[in-house]
Amino acid sequence: MAAPQELTFHEFEEATDLLAETPGAPTISSLGEVQGHVSLDVDTEDQEDGELGEENDQTRLLGDEKQSPNFWTFSYHQSFFDVDTHQVLERIKSSLLPVPSQNFVRHCLGHHPDLYGPFWICATLAFTLAMSSNLATMFQNWREASFHYSPQFHKVTVAGITVYCYAWLVPMALWGFLRWRKGVREHVGCYTFLETVCVYGYSLFIYIPTVVLWLIPISGLQWFLGVLATSLSGAVLLLTFWPLVRSDTKIVSAVLLTVMVALHALLAFGCKLYFFQSLPSRPISVTQSPLHQTTPRLLQPPRGTEVSRTANV
Amino acid sequence: MAEADERTFLGLSDVSISEDIPVEGEITVPMSSHSQDDDYSTLDEPVKETIIRDLKAVGKKFVHVMYPKKSNALLRDWDLWGPLVLCVSLALMLQGGSVDSKEDGGPQFAEVFVIVWFGAVVITLNSKLLGGTISFFQSLCVLGYCVLPLTVGMLVCRLVLLASMGPINFLIRFIVVIAMFAWSTLASTAFLADSQPPNRKALAVYPIFLFYFVISWMILTFTPH
Repeated sequence: MAAPQELTFHEFEEATDLLAETPGAPTISSLGEVQGHVSLDVDTEDQEDGELGEENDQTRLLGDEKQSPNFWTFSYHQSFFDVDTHQVLERIKSSLLPVPSQNFVRHCLGHHPDLYGPFWICATLAFTLAMSSNLATMFQNWREASFHYSPQFHKVTVAGITVYCYAWLVPMALWGFLRWRKGVREHVGCYTFLETVCVYGYSLFIYIPTVVLWLIPISGLQWFLGVLATSLSGAVLLLTFWPLVRSDTKIVSAVLLTVMVALHALLAFGCKLYFFQSLPSRPISVTQSPLHQTTPRLLQPPRGTEVSRTANV
Repeated sequence: MAEADERTFLGLSDVSISEDIPVEGEITVPMSSHSQDDDYSTLDEPVKETIIRDLKAVGKKFVHVMYPKKSNALLRDWDLWGPLVLCVSLALMLQGGSVDSKEDGGPQFAEVFVIVWFGAVVITLNSKLLGGTISFFQSLCVLGYCVLPLTVGMLVCRLVLLASMGPINFLIRFIVVIAMFAWSTLASTAFLADSQPPNRKALAVYPIFLFYFVISWMILTFTPH
């Protein structure tokens, strides 16, 4: 109980000043208040660890009676959705802006990853990609008389598979690789699998507004936005994983980080090229079928020039 | 002597049961065979009655969706007939009618079915994992029934598309689909939002919003061949 005594000593100095001003002021209550205030600070500082501490206490207390929930029970999976609205919004915000001093996993997740964010961000991104791509194709070609609009619903399937594979297979590979390196060299750190998935899922959020803004048909702006989005979320990924591989050999860490950023960029620009093609050959396949019946003489070369004119607009 | 005897008898008469109370009666417990008759009666009733009773229940729920008030009828007596009928009719109406549907580009029948049912299951799991108190089938029931405004919107769009194509045509369809989307989302939120913990309501409502948005997109982008 040394701490409260130290506090009372400091308080005594302040109390004397206060007493000098207002002799009738009760000192006990202010001491109690300040003590309460200080203890509140101590509690809040410990609260982040305190939650885990409480959980540890609980698990220790219940340890003999109840182990952590089985994989096949509902409450096991419920622990991954234990987030509030403001927490999800905070995590999204910190995935957008890389701050060098803040590690996403330690500061934002607090070693409490969730699956809500990754799952719904991937779903939103898949649907947004398909819709945006459909709209972009329509905007490019609607001035053509022979253009017949089609919803191109197969793009939803393609976008969904791409996004979900990226958001789940790449973290799995990365986690596996880091576990292996940890086995080889002790100092290499490792996050849990869910934390890796969580980082990757939240890092995909920035592509949602990017994909919507790719509707603007200015090619230079599209490339600029793509590079900006990739660099921002790539920086978040780098800052998150740098402390882990820092202690590894230079070659391995350099290669790993380069591969991470390269895959991230590959996703962005692969989507840009596949879903938002502004190549002249693309619109032909959309309008090919009605033309087969009407004017077979309008073969590709003259149509190609006509389309390239509209594409360049 | 007789008076004393009478007085003692009077004292005894206080103890004994007076003659007004009947001591004899029947000791049978009245068995209500009414419930047994009920079980048999639903089996014995004509099929028409059963079907009409189920149709009435479905129709009542349709009315509750179109005028969403905080009533428990949708939640208590859940059924999945209504969602099935709505999903099938929506998926059928979204077919372009062309023989070679590869040119159509629209969603296949199976794609619509998967999106509606798999989407509803995923949203229900999501709300339960977030700590919602609603049961699995109740949530499926509400989400399925709230597709009704969008199905009505699809019907209106198909009728509007019988007229000539043009920007006014598209504008009418756009307004109708937006209105039906808002109606569906508000109806389902009115039923489902109360079962969520208060600091996670937005997390549970957003997937519902996305679900009806995707269905609205499918309806709006429908173009007949």
